[in-house]
Amino acid sequence: MNIFKKDKRKEIKNETPLERSNTSTSGQSLVKLRVFRINAVQNPNDVPHFDEFQVPVKRWTTVLDALLDAKSYQDSSIGIRYSCRMASCGSCGMKINGIPRLACYTKISDLDTNTITCEPLPNFPYIRDLVTDFSQFFDHHRSVMPFVKNKKADIPNVNELTEYEQTPQDLDKFLQFSYCIKCGLCYSACPTVATDLKFPGPQALSQAYRYLADSRDSDKSKRLKVIDTSHGIWRCHFAGSCSHVCPKGVDPALGIQLLRSHLLGLSNSEKKLAKLHDRSTNSYREGEGE
Amino acid sequence: MLLWRGSIDMTSATSAKRIDDNKNKSDRANREGLRGWLNPIIYGWERVSYWFQRLTGIFLLVYFIGHVYETSSLVSGPDAWAAMLEMTQTIGGHIFLILVIGASTFHTINGIRLIFTHSGQGLGTPGRPDYPYDPTSVNNKQRSGLWIAFILAAVAMLYGANVLFSGGE
Ligand code: HEM
Ligand code: SF4
Ligand code: FES
Repeated sequence: MNIFKKDKRKEIKNETPLERSNTSTSGQSLVKLRVFRINAVQNPNDVPHFDEFQVPVKRWTTVLDALLDAKSYQDSSIGIRYSCRMASCGSCGMKINGIPRLACYTKISDLDTNTITCEPLPNFPYIRDLVTDFSQFFDHHRSVMPFVKNKKADIPNVNELTEYEQTPQDLDKFLQFSYCIKCGLCYSACPTVATDLKFPGPQALSQAYRYLADSRDSDKSKRLKVIDTSHGIWRCHFAGSCSHVCPKGVDPALGIQLLRSHLLGLSNSEKKLAKLHDRSTNSYREGEGE
Repeated sequence: MLLWRGSIDMTSATSAKRIDDNKNKSDRANREGLRGWLNPIIYGWERVSYWFQRLTGIFLLVYFIGHVYETSSLVSGPDAWAAMLEMTQTIGGHIFLILVIGASTFHTINGIRLIFTHSGQGLGTPGRPDYPYDPTSVNNKQRSGLWIAFILAAVAMLYGANVLFSGGE
């Protein structure tokens, strides 16, 4: 598999999975699912190991489908966390064949192998099997104050509430970063997070930028103070891994560099951002019916 | 109007404090640690750049310290200096110098690229992501700096090898 290409975007081929998979007696293709097992909370001395399951798959079977199949019919004790099954809730992040991905968003037919290895997300403490502890990740998220703060908008009398206008151009400055589903894939891919517990990580830093770039927000200095520390934004080395693994096109690395250029006083990014990306300009115009 | 508030204190101040408290917790299980730094291939070319920039930076630092030590032999007179220079006149010494040439060329050119990317230049502008998502920051425009760094480092090493091994003929 060439990891430098986005494997999940392959065009649908006419080939049947039978051509490259083992075939069970019933003619259904099987893959080997290797699942990381640990019970870290109940038994702190538990030694992790892998359990293997043969699971039937179709062309559209996702890794989450396969795990649930193994859980339903072979070992009900497998620990997985999931909810939406459609890349919206951000609960099913795990390391699949070495790369952090969403299990519900990763088709087995796209992995080009018959052995699927599922491990918990690195840089998140274990809880059980594929379920990891997100409390520190969420603490970092909260620490950048991920909400719009505007003194003018703080109107106690509900009847006086008015619309807070924002142009489409203003919206486009931050919209992409607001698509974050807090799945933690970027946090687990980041080499700085790997060795620095106090580094906010790509998710929190790109969220700090999301609110900085929001024209409704008026409390920028406090937020910048949180990230302009010795363990803060300056520890990002633009290894780009966060943007490579992000399943929602958030491009956290872009947000971080724009935030840094803002802190360095280098950017006229506010103006520059208003120039929409070609792609987005077109889709916006289409939306307008021009 | 007070919205629902769970039992967890969600304010950023307490979050920051929890992050501090966590620092010394033995709860480091599943951290990638140095392995996370060294893992150079599965996350694309920017990760390769990160790895090489660090490797060449540390190599140059070690070389720089050795270099100060080497040149300091001058205070002991020309003979001591000449004896030091002899060390680089071996095949091993030549190969070492070629590596220094490659490392400094790569580190400088790629360092200039990183100065641009760290300042938000050449990374594209935010837009409306559509499937299939294609992050603009890991684009070929900024990445071309990495190719140039690799190519110039190779050219400089070849030139250096030519000078060192065949006297530049
Ligand atoms: C004109 C020459 C140079 C330029 C433009 C340059 C540029 C850079 C840049 C931009 C970084 C930051 C990379 C990052 O954020 O990950 C860096 C890191 C570094 N540089 Fe240089 N550098 C130069 C020369 C040197 C020299 C001569 C040495 C050694 C004496 C050196 C040692 C280092 C080290 C140890 C690092 C840290 C690597 C890391 O954190 O990954 N650099 N350099
Ligand atoms: S930035 Fe992307 S990878 Fe990171 S938490 Fe948000 S959606 Fe997940
Ligand atoms: S189950 Fe919701 S993101 Fe995968």
